[in-house]
Amino acid sequence: MLGSDLVMYDEEFKQIDAELQRLLAQANAKVVFLVDKNGQLIAATGETENLDTTSLASLTAGNIAATGGMAKLLGEKEFSILFHEGQRDNIHISIIGQRVILVVIFDQRSSLGLVRLRVKKSAELLGNIFNQLLEKVEAEKGSGKGGDSPFAEITDEDIDKLFG
Amino acid sequence: MSFINYSSREINCKIVFYGPGLCGKTTNLQWIYKKTNPDSKGKMISLATETERTLFFDFLPLALGEIRGFKTRFHLYTVPGQVFYDASRKLILKGVDGVVFVADSQIERMEANIESVENLRINLAEQGYDLDKVPYVIQYNKRDLPNVVPLEEMRRALNPRGVPDYEACATDGTGVFDTLKAIAKLVIMELKKGQEGG
Repeated sequence: MLGSDLVMYDEEFKQIDAELQRLLAQANAKVVFLVDKNGQLIAATGETENLDTTSLASLTAGNIAATGGMAKLLGEKEFSILFHEGQRDNIHISIIGQRVILVVIFDQRSSLGLVRLRVKKSAELLGNIFNQLLEKVEAEKGSGKGGDSPFAEITDEDIDKLFG
Repeated sequence: MSFINYSSREINCKIVFYGPGLCGKTTNLQWIYKKTNPDSKGKMISLATETERTLFFDFLPLALGEIRGFKTRFHLYTVPGQVFYDASRKLILKGVDGVVFVADSQIERMEANIESVENLRINLAEQGYDLDKVPYVIQYNKRDLPNVVPLEEMRRALNPRGVPDYEACATDGTGVFDTLKAIAKLVIMELKKGQEGG
């Protein structure tokens, strides 16, 4: 069960961040972010200052999970794209590599067509980065290299301190 | 399924509060929300019906401070307790790192408790988890009410594995943080084990 933990390293994080920024610019979007299917925010870029990205991430994952449940009932594997249209802002949600969720928030400065086109291109790139990341995690596990793990020397005291 | 980010030096874990309808899962989260320093909590989100019954889930992100230079965050979720929301409950268990079972101590709710634990076991198994192996804590809630089942009897019925368990009264906060602390500890220890095991 713990074998599928999500781990992020600096190198891949920078690659992902760069790709999200590129997508943000090319799609003329307001905000772009990436969420794990379990609701953990992986990276975000754009006008995020006044946005509760943690809550958005959790609700996005809930949304994808609920839609996935509907898909199953209909005999579909998944619905890979969701689109919510608002009066001012719109949200485009897509699943990448069955593991992560790419969210693009945009307004009238962009269009659904443009967002879809750019998301399609980025999805492939991001998918590759995640594959690379997963291989790396597996390789590190295989080599038993846990020396720099933050957990290796955790004590009861460390945990007690968390609660003051 | 925790998320360890070496780039931003963060650890995120997911804890789910499970239990029968009206046992006090949301009340637990509300108490934690109320008593936590504003700097260390995010907004609490409740997807509830007009009568304040949980429809999909409650969500509370909690930052607990640092362990070995890593910011430690717990995402707390509740499930909808009512029997017919089973499809939603399954979804929320995805990627869970630890489970708190909130039991309703009232005599007339014992059957609902037992049914809910069974439901938890089945739904976890569907996600590939084993209730006997995941970090798991039990809370006997509503101990302040007059018609409660004796503690020993509840233990026998709900806690054969002997996991950490606590008596609680979530409306006045008794036992709420003890429960949270216990599950957080188990989750972190499990992470440690996972790393060591390679």
